[in-house]
Amino acid sequence: MNWGSLENFLAMGGYATYVWGSYLVTLGVLIAELVLLTQRRRRLLGQLRARAGTGRGGA
Amino acid sequence: MNAGFNWFKYSSPQTFFPLAEKLALAFGAAALIACVAGLYIGFFVAPTDAQQGDAYRIIFIHVPAAWMSMFLYVVMAFWAGLGLAFNTRLSGMMASALAPTGALFTFVALWTGSLWGKPTWGTWWVWDARLTSELILLFLYFGFMALQAAIDDPRRADKAGAVLALVGVVNVPIIYFSVKWWNTLHQGASVSFTKAPTMAATMLAGMGVMALGFWFYSISVTLLRARCIMLERERTADWAIQYAKGMA
Repeated sequence: MNWGSLENFLAMGGYATYVWGSYLVTLGVLIAELVLLTQRRRRLLGQLRARAGTGRGGA
Repeated sequence: MNAGFNWFKYSSPQTFFPLAEKLALAFGAAALIACVAGLYIGFFVAPTDAQQGDAYRIIFIHVPAAWMSMFLYVVMAFWAGLGLAFNTRLSGMMASALAPTGALFTFVALWTGSLWGKPTWGTWWVWDARLTSELILLFLYFGFMALQAAIDDPRRADKAGAVLALVGVVNVPIIYFSVKWWNTLHQGASVSFTKAPTMAATMLAGMGVMALGFWFYSISVTLLRARCIMLERERTADWAIQYAKGMA
């Protein structure tokens, strides 16, 4: 264990802005990618169902 | 003839589609485990650096992200080249699926590098060979995606993208060797194929496990995106419509 307390951990030896700025932005873009993909998939499935429903006389 | 595994079975979107989901879930779980383990080693096992203090802990995402940015480009160019040579449908889809994740890791490498450069070099950015060639890599990914988006016919978009991807691959060795070829501000490799690593074992372990996590994440998310691309391109095929109905 390096830190002793939560404050010390969050302070990152005075480099909090740089370290947490790196980690939070990285986490943010990875989550954003997953959210965008999930939305894309949901939208696509909706379009496919709509097409099947109108084009083939109902599902 | 029953002997041997039929590799071509999975080269059609319809048969690869269900397999891709199983693989994506397995690699996604592996990515989560590896990243949690890597972060634990990086923050709680690896000691504070004698020279850089705790600012060095950015290494646990910076270096794996930089590796992924180059590696994904090579894989993308490989699939693009395969598609160009053999005209297989799946290859182009895989190349397109890799590009956004490659661009993402290039951005992460540049962003974390900038936040690491400020406290250690005293500047957010310099036009150093390593930084500049990595920025060019980001533009290559953007160029590939923009070119594909600009062409309506997917097969032609694949071909045009493939040419760009293959020409751009020359940038990858330039990034990798830039710290050797030019006298740059960016430090040389701490871990290389030819020398013993020049860092503490626990730091190296944290970096390695995080790299594994990013690798698994990339495989998982690329397969998920490839599934979307398959549905988009095969939207008139019966299997795609049946799948969408089954998901209702």
